[in-house]
Amino acid sequence: MRILRFLLQKEFKQIFRNKSLLPMIFLMPIIQLIVMPLAADYEVKNINLSIVDHDHSTYSQKLTSKIISSGYFILSDYGNSFKNSLQQVEQDKSDLILEIPQGFEKNIVRENKQKLFIAVNAINGTKAGLGGAYINNIIFNFNNDLRNDWIQSMRYNQIPTIEIVSSNWFNTFLNYTFFMVPGILVVLVTMVCIYMCSLNIVKEKEIGTIEQINVTPIKKFHFILGKLIPFWVIGVFIFSVGLFVVGRLVYGIIPVGNAGLVYAFLSLYLIAMLGLGLLISTYSETQQQAMSVAFFFMMVFLLMSGLFTSIDSMPEWAKIIANCNPVTYFIEVMRMVVLKGSNFSDIKNHFIIMTGFAVLFNSWAILNYKKTS
Amino acid sequence: MNEIVIKTDKLTKRFGNFIAANEITFEVKAGEIFGFLGANGAGKTTAMRMLCGLSKPSSGNATIAGFDIYKETEKIKKNIGYMSQKFSLYEDLTVIENIRFFGGIYGISDKQINEKSNTLIEQLGLKNETKKLVASLPLGWKQKLAFSVAILHEPKIVFLDEPTGGVDPVTRRQFWDLIYSASDRGITIFVTTHYMDEAEYCNRISMMVDGVIKALDTPTNLKKQFSADSMDEVFFELARGAKRKGD
Amino acid sequence: MKQFLTFVKKEFFHVFRDNKTLLMLFGIPIVQITLFGFALTNEIKNTEIVVCDYAKDAASKRIINALEASKNFEVTKANLNHHQIETSFKTGKIKLAIVFPNNFNKELLHLKKAQLQIIADASDPNTATTLTNYVSNIVMNYQLELIQNNPIPYQITPEVRMLYNPELKGATNFVPGVMALVLMLVCVLMTSVSIVREKEKGTMEVLLVSPFNPFLVIISKAVPYFVLSLVNLTIILLLSVFLLDMPFNGSIILLFTVSSLFIITSLSLGLMISNITNSEQSAMLISLMGMLIPTLLLAGFMFPIENMPKPLQFFSNIIPAKWYYIIVKSIMIKGLGFSSIIKETLILIAMTIFLLLVSLKKFKIRLE
Repeated sequence: MRILRFLLQKEFKQIFRNKSLLPMIFLMPIIQLIVMPLAADYEVKNINLSIVDHDHSTYSQKLTSKIISSGYFILSDYGNSFKNSLQQVEQDKSDLILEIPQGFEKNIVRENKQKLFIAVNAINGTKAGLGGAYINNIIFNFNNDLRNDWIQSMRYNQIPTIEIVSSNWFNTFLNYTFFMVPGILVVLVTMVCIYMCSLNIVKEKEIGTIEQINVTPIKKFHFILGKLIPFWVIGVFIFSVGLFVVGRLVYGIIPVGNAGLVYAFLSLYLIAMLGLGLLISTYSETQQQAMSVAFFFMMVFLLMSGLFTSIDSMPEWAKIIANCNPVTYFIEVMRMVVLKGSNFSDIKNHFIIMTGFAVLFNSWAILNYKKTS
Repeated sequence: MNEIVIKTDKLTKRFGNFIAANEITFEVKAGEIFGFLGANGAGKTTAMRMLCGLSKPSSGNATIAGFDIYKETEKIKKNIGYMSQKFSLYEDLTVIENIRFFGGIYGISDKQINEKSNTLIEQLGLKNETKKLVASLPLGWKQKLAFSVAILHEPKIVFLDEPTGGVDPVTRRQFWDLIYSASDRGITIFVTTHYMDEAEYCNRISMMVDGVIKALDTPTNLKKQFSADSMDEVFFELARGAKRKGD
Repeated sequence: MKQFLTFVKKEFFHVFRDNKTLLMLFGIPIVQITLFGFALTNEIKNTEIVVCDYAKDAASKRIINALEASKNFEVTKANLNHHQIETSFKTGKIKLAIVFPNNFNKELLHLKKAQLQIIADASDPNTATTLTNYVSNIVMNYQLELIQNNPIPYQITPEVRMLYNPELKGATNFVPGVMALVLMLVCVLMTSVSIVREKEKGTMEVLLVSPFNPFLVIISKAVPYFVLSLVNLTIILLLSVFLLDMPFNGSIILLFTVSSLFIITSLSLGLMISNITNSEQSAMLISLMGMLIPTLLLAGFMFPIENMPKPLQFFSNIIPAKWYYIIVKSIMIKGLGFSSIIKETLILIAMTIFLLLVSLKKFKIRLE
């Protein structure tokens, strides 16, 4: 125990003395947590619309104003040449072109039938799909309104309509940052811990001080604990600042569920991730190697964690990778407990799996960490 | 003073087909200053790392301070000090912090650490530098400090791997004064070096060529044996036959 | 010139002797293309939803059949009450509940108006709105079906054409982004780390005292990464055309020319980072945390820039990857020529010149 105290003193002194690293450990994650959720907004809105109106009739103008007032679209261009509008799309100034053919109003009234032409810039498939759906919906409603105006005085039956009442639970105002902040916080804490832990140990290897430690009676176990505890503490600290200072003050997120539950999971999670950092360090000789390997894992973890894209939508093989990714579980737990107020029995499996990760990474790392070659 | 503290019997280390140390057999007595000489790549460091428990021998036996090199490495570690070729204190800790740290991990009590660090600092003349980062000290002082830290816990044996590399002659002389005073206190010194004048300071020396100990005796006897005037000549005589290139 | 080649050769040795660095150089592009191409999609598919059908009539059955046929949903039928719905949201399995009230069809036929309730787990707002939209579309189609049974006046049919990417594949959007990301990463990170390492180890001084022009020392460090980046670019392009069936509509030569420019921009950025840091660790952290994440977020391929707050939109303009991303999209997918990317190219050139001037000036100061 006494040896551990000396090891911890040393580690903390070294960490706090490194002036170029300190801001990276503490400031960078906080700044990123403030900036990133603002940037990470998927919601499809502000679709730039270019209208080519060959008709210039009351109906075409009614339709235009109905589309604009929906709030999804911004009218970027209103003209009467499709070629011009296409150019706008090429320059990324428009996302969607609506072409209203000549005789639009006349044909509806006289021939009961009319076509509208829509061209969508589909490079971003999702945006295109949703944009197309929005405008279809608006046209459908416009069509219904029109019909109802005419029908009142005529013999047609009223059209059956299904009214959809939708309610959004847990996040009534559909605030996207609520969803992103907990996930991004997890990724930032993970990054700092894995990098710092693996780089720190490899640095001792590189400058040779680890040899000096290895000839002392320090137990493997003590040395590893001496390395893990400081980063564990730092991880918990960054997490707390992120959740309670940035999360609450900047984004107004107040955990619905039990914060103690989140901390219990965090403790376990950090043990697992630091074990991974340790494992990486046992396989690397230089800091550059450690960083390359750590980065490689971090990138896969980040992309396959369900942070940005839904895991349900992945193909089966990718779901397997996502399920082997510790980050996935913590992000899920955060979102469940913080946003929905899930309790322990809801995340029981997450605890079991994370214990498995912690045991796996740490025992593997300890087995692989050699005091003698 | 006749107790044997290092005893090796056909100690061998192989890396694949390469035999870095081949059936090394020798004994070192308590309080001796034992010089371990050889050209670069002769296998000195490999042998020393085995004795410190940093590297497992491929075959052969050895006991250090009476403990078996295979089974009792942890006990050995309590009884030895080690100073490696690379400077091995923490550069981002201060002088006093390094002393406290290494004292602490050897299980010396806080009171003793304080006493010892005071004498040590006095002895090295580092009084004004205790709160300075080790990184800011000149190399010579760093080396002296590293040595003092390596024997802080009064080990039976201290292993020094080329401790005076890159240090000026005056500092080297001072360094050897430290070694002598440690030896007087009964600490066995096991030192590798390139400097032949330093070899003369040792009680006994061994010469390693291509992983094999080619000669082992007092400096005077060795000079006699090779009818040479200086250790330099002895060294050249032995090293000439070497097949391995230096590194 | 011979000296220069010697230096370049030395740098190549450094890179190729280290298999873990090679993993970083070539493993990452390949893994990224595979993940972005196959695993990651903004689409919402196979989401588990629960349908509470209290009506059990013809209309509700038709709509449920349509929901079941959709690849977006995995439908479970269970008549849950609100409390039970909340519990199933909390365990995280179910993302949406659809409730058909009693007499759904009756009301639809006789009153001409029926209500359908959708309850979404909006902790993920994006999924919630998208799913709600999908359901509305299915319901709308059902209504159209009803209408088609009796002749309907005043029919407007929208005819939608998807330009550039008719199948709405995610890869079309991601691949140009991955290209920008990988090139940025390899160049910035690798150059800055390799220069700082020489500084840290003291070998930089050895090089600087050699009779060799110090600027050439720096350039020789950049050359291998330039070459490797072009190799990487080729790999990515081959993978995306042959594995992901991406279109390649524009000029390959133009793409490689502009890519070379972007690589030089990134190398200059790496050079500048190496000038302001002194340890490998901080060079790595600046490059990774300071460059990678902003690039990922602000280049515009993961998240639409127009959704961001104004200051961030403004800030995104100084991210070189943003401009490169626009260029790649224009050339590769839209098949446009040089005339339409002049502005972006000029911006990249200006950035490069600025970065080079700043870092060379700093470098010179250090020499004196």
